Amino acid sequence: MTETRTAYGIGGLTYDPRKRHLPQEVNVFIALVLIVAAFELLGRVLYGDSFLFNTRPNVDAVFNWARLNIIILQVSIVGIIALGVTQVIISGGIDLSSGSVVGATAIITMSFAQTALVNGNPNPKAVFGDLFLDMPVIVPLLVALACGLTAGLINGLLIAYTRIPPFIATLGMMVTARGVARWWFKGEPISFPTESYAAIGKGMMPVAIFLVLAVLFHLILRYTLYGKRCYAIGSNEEAARMSGINVERHKVLVYTIAGVLAAVAAVVLSSKNLTAQAGMGMMYELDAIAMTVIGGVSLAGGRGSIVGTVLGALIFGVIISGFTFLKLDAYYQEMVKGAIIVGAVVLDQWRQRRRQARG
Amino acid sequence: MSDIVLQTRGLTKHYGGVHALVDADFVLRRGEHVAIMGDNGAGKSTFVRQITGVERPTAGSIWFDGREVQFNGPLEAREAGIECVFQNLALCDDLDVPSNLFLGREKVLFNLGPFSILDRKGMRAATEAALQRTAVKIPNLANTIRNMSGGQRQCVAIARAATFASKLIIMDEPTAALGVQETAQVENIIRHLKAQGEPLILVSHNMRQVFDLVDRIVVFRRGRIVANLRKEETDGQDVVAYITGAKTQALEDAA
Repeated sequence: MTETRTAYGIGGLTYDPRKRHLPQEVNVFIALVLIVAAFELLGRVLYGDSFLFNTRPNVDAVFNWARLNIIILQVSIVGIIALGVTQVIISGGIDLSSGSVVGATAIITMSFAQTALVNGNPNPKAVFGDLFLDMPVIVPLLVALACGLTAGLINGLLIAYTRIPPFIATLGMMVTARGVARWWFKGEPISFPTESYAAIGKGMMPVAIFLVLAVLFHLILRYTLYGKRCYAIGSNEEAARMSGINVERHKVLVYTIAGVLAAVAAVVLSSKNLTAQAGMGMMYELDAIAMTVIGGVSLAGGRGSIVGTVLGALIFGVIISGFTFLKLDAYYQEMVKGAIIVGAVVLDQWRQRRRQARG
Repeated sequence: MSDIVLQTRGLTKHYGGVHALVDADFVLRRGEHVAIMGDNGAGKSTFVRQITGVERPTAGSIWFDGREVQFNGPLEAREAGIECVFQNLALCDDLDVPSNLFLGREKVLFNLGPFSILDRKGMRAATEAALQRTAVKIPNLANTIRNMSGGQRQCVAIARAATFASKLIIMDEPTAALGVQETAQVENIIRHLKAQGEPLILVSHNMRQVFDLVDRIVVFRRGRIVANLRKEETDGQDVVAYITGAKTQALEDAA
């Protein structure tokens, strides 16, 4: 009992303001700062170079903007997926299919975004012969939307109405969508998009799209009925159902939105790379899950936020960039990435146990 | 119409060969607080599950608010005006007090279908008003249920029931897991509801509590209603005798 720590309230119904926790996001932000500081320190000690600040005399800037831009650019595409994964995990599910949905959507979409002429010659890799060349950009965008909707809708319907675990349903979609990606153009890459399609992922556009979507989904999760229901279902599905929330319909919506966000990522990625191949987006689902978990979204559901996920994405980017900065092999990056994912989940479990012990 | 809020006639529930509830005739009048007592497995919870729509009775009829009802689920019972505080509370641990109070019936500023904008200020104000009405004291509404004591959780659950129950509140052992002070707080809320004339069914094992709070005690034993006692005409020993089967009462109608 907490009588001895009584501060406000009556009898046992007290609360102690000292027991209030800082928002989870503050911890994630502190972690981000510490990691940046660690790379800064290691860089100075090992190479006499700065991670964060500009050291080139011919450039007039305080920070090393080139590096900072790369950090955010390389996480923004997976970050878009992570926004969808965040709302899936908050509502108590998981989505393993997003990487494969990126692959399938990218290659199908790209086949509707090809130019007719490459350097004055007919497109050598036209998927449908003379058909569907030089389409206005809205056509591939609608195709992408249709792909994301279909994949997400199938995930959602399976999970909500056949009651199979989300892990299994989305694992099936992961394998199936990758199969679709390979089958579509027999494993060959598709290139030469129209100029308007290529403009979508040009320069810092992926970052802009990521940030706009992040703000949008932050508002949705925080201020709308939809967001409230994600947290309610993830927190106590039975209570949500007893309260009259249509849990099944909500789940379909959650997975459909996740699928659409994966399709957006596919468009940005294929546009940025000016090509699409069957292997695109491989393992992105795990990177996206890692970002959300690092950002403090609980795999048990009910807790987390878009702000946390964006910070988690930045931590992810800083670590990859920091390893390159320290001239460590890409192999080490993968090993450490794995360790970070496991570490973040262990931390989440530990937090939950501590909370329960305090009960 | 009459002043009868809830009436069951010959309410019966069989689970396979187990006769969990047999021919229960029960009446609750306007403004009345009735306790349901009985040993474990006597049929109390089974009875509650039938009248709150959690299960469908095998036989018999339920009359609520003057007409016969058949609930196809707890939601329909709730829509009809019966709110139940279940033993497992049915709260969302990660949500704050207003969100739990308005779970499934959120107030909305702009209606945009599933993406409707929540009226957070309105729900907060309504929560404060509701807590005041039920005399529930919760110091920090923004706190999540997870960070609350058992008593506070129970108070939130009761406040929710009291806020939305237009006609009847049922509490299934609301103080079973609570400490002394927390129990006192919950009992105060129940007294408050009594003063406001809200009818209530209280399932409880606590003899002192029952004699403190209710007008009438209905005793279940082996799936049957074996006694229907006005508080003034009975005492603890008497009730225990009915619960254990040492004494029986010839009942025509539990009214």
